[in-house]
Amino acid sequence: MTNYSAFELLRHAVSGRPWSRAWRNPEPKSQYDVVIVGGGGHGLATAYYLAKEFGIRNVAVLEKSHIGSGNAGRNTTIILANYLLAGSTEFYGHSQKLWDTLSSELNFNVMFSPRGQILLLNSSEDVDGAVRRSNIMLRHGIEARLLDRAAMQKLVPHLDYRPTARFPIWGGLLQPSGGTARHDAVVWGYARAASQLGVDIIQNCEVTGFLRDGGRITGVETTRGRVLSKKTAMAVAGHTSQLGEMAGLRLPIESHLLQAFVSEPLKPLLDHVIDFVSHGQFYISQSDKGGMVFGGDLDMYNSYAQRGNLPAVRDVASLAVSLMPCLGRVRLVRHWGGINDMTMDGSPIISKTPLEGLYLSGGWGYSGFKATPASGWCFSHLIARGENDRLSAPFSLDRFARGATIDEAGTGPIPRLH
Amino acid sequence: MRISCPFCGERDHSEFTYGGDASVTFPELDASLEEWNDAVYIRSNPKGVLREKWQHSGGCRIWLVLERDTLTHSISQVEPVRLTISELVK
Repeated sequence: MTNYSAFELLRHAVSGRPWSRAWRNPEPKSQYDVVIVGGGGHGLATAYYLAKEFGIRNVAVLEKSHIGSGNAGRNTTIILANYLLAGSTEFYGHSQKLWDTLSSELNFNVMFSPRGQILLLNSSEDVDGAVRRSNIMLRHGIEARLLDRAAMQKLVPHLDYRPTARFPIWGGLLQPSGGTARHDAVVWGYARAASQLGVDIIQNCEVTGFLRDGGRITGVETTRGRVLSKKTAMAVAGHTSQLGEMAGLRLPIESHLLQAFVSEPLKPLLDHVIDFVSHGQFYISQSDKGGMVFGGDLDMYNSYAQRGNLPAVRDVASLAVSLMPCLGRVRLVRHWGGINDMTMDGSPIISKTPLEGLYLSGGWGYSGFKATPASGWCFSHLIARGENDRLSAPFSLDRFARGATIDEAGTGPIPRLH
Repeated sequence: MRISCPFCGERDHSEFTYGGDASVTFPELDASLEEWNDAVYIRSNPKGVLREKWQHSGGCRIWLVLERDTLTHSISQVEPVRLTISELVK
């Protein structure tokens, strides 16, 4: 496979030769060292780091549709690391570090754009909270800067600064290294790099059951035949409970619907990623094509529908025009829904399971996209070594029974509120 | 999605507040930690029919139990949490 470079680009342009496939399209073998169920960003990143960091190359990634067709293609591509609690701070901080060099690591432009992410502060309590949050970030080596109202007005001039504003702007908390990346490029980059290292990516291959030998998982039944594996890993956002049920796992997860939106392309309007959590939830950024990409809260009831209902659309739209009145006449061009695995404490699960040979990554909630590199990094360590590394140890499945939950929102075991 | 409240009639679901999985039963206070862990944290999370609580918070404020399909949103059953109430209105 060709290494992408300016020279290769020139060579192909001059010679007119077609580019080779970015990843191989093999038939599934009957046996692998590791089978990963789920060809999204997390599954592919896991396969890549298994091959790269641990030399385990006899690996298959099984995807029921085409790679990146689930939540990897249904998010708002925001990357940030402004977490509060021990465990989250280190984990998302590591993910942020991996994003910084991901394009060169994969030899694939994932269009990582560290344009800065700003959390809006809309009351004196928000400002107090942001001081604490920024200290925690700084303490963990994540750059953080508090902005007052005047600085906000200069950086983000299109918010509503009028005295009558529904949500008065008291300031902002800027994480300069936060930003966005191109979601498909992340999937394709990991797929190509993993494939180059020998990983088999098998698309249109749905897992229909697990093969067991007593308390041990020995492989999977799929729509393309039986595949044996020494170790089996689940990375199926949204359907973790469904796949878990096939193995007899009972999990602390509910599936909820999250909608997202993109507007018609506009001239450059918004330089940063803006987050608002003071009343409901709203986040917005402008894509490279100019579309305003934004989203809000869950639909707030259990759902596997992958399409949303209108009250959530109205809520998001009203927050959009309350915060940025200039968006009032902008037309939407697309709107979609993804199924979020929401855990009981709002934090993800990277864990061994009660079944030997079966490993679980799931429950990513709102955090899946930004976590992609660190998720793959930590999950590959767990699969290769059989134990969590330091970064993912707090996210084991037994934390609920131990009372060691990581509840960033502080809302208790009500998944839709995280 | 519209919910037929037995008292107020068919209304948009935005009049209702979600109360979560109604199939969860809490054990006795002195039950084992494992039983409590299951009740507080473990959910069946079906892709299909789920028994769940909704409150008609923008209407009569009664708590209801629905049987709703989580994939199609079709609602097969609506009844008040306390059946004695439905007997009262008969």
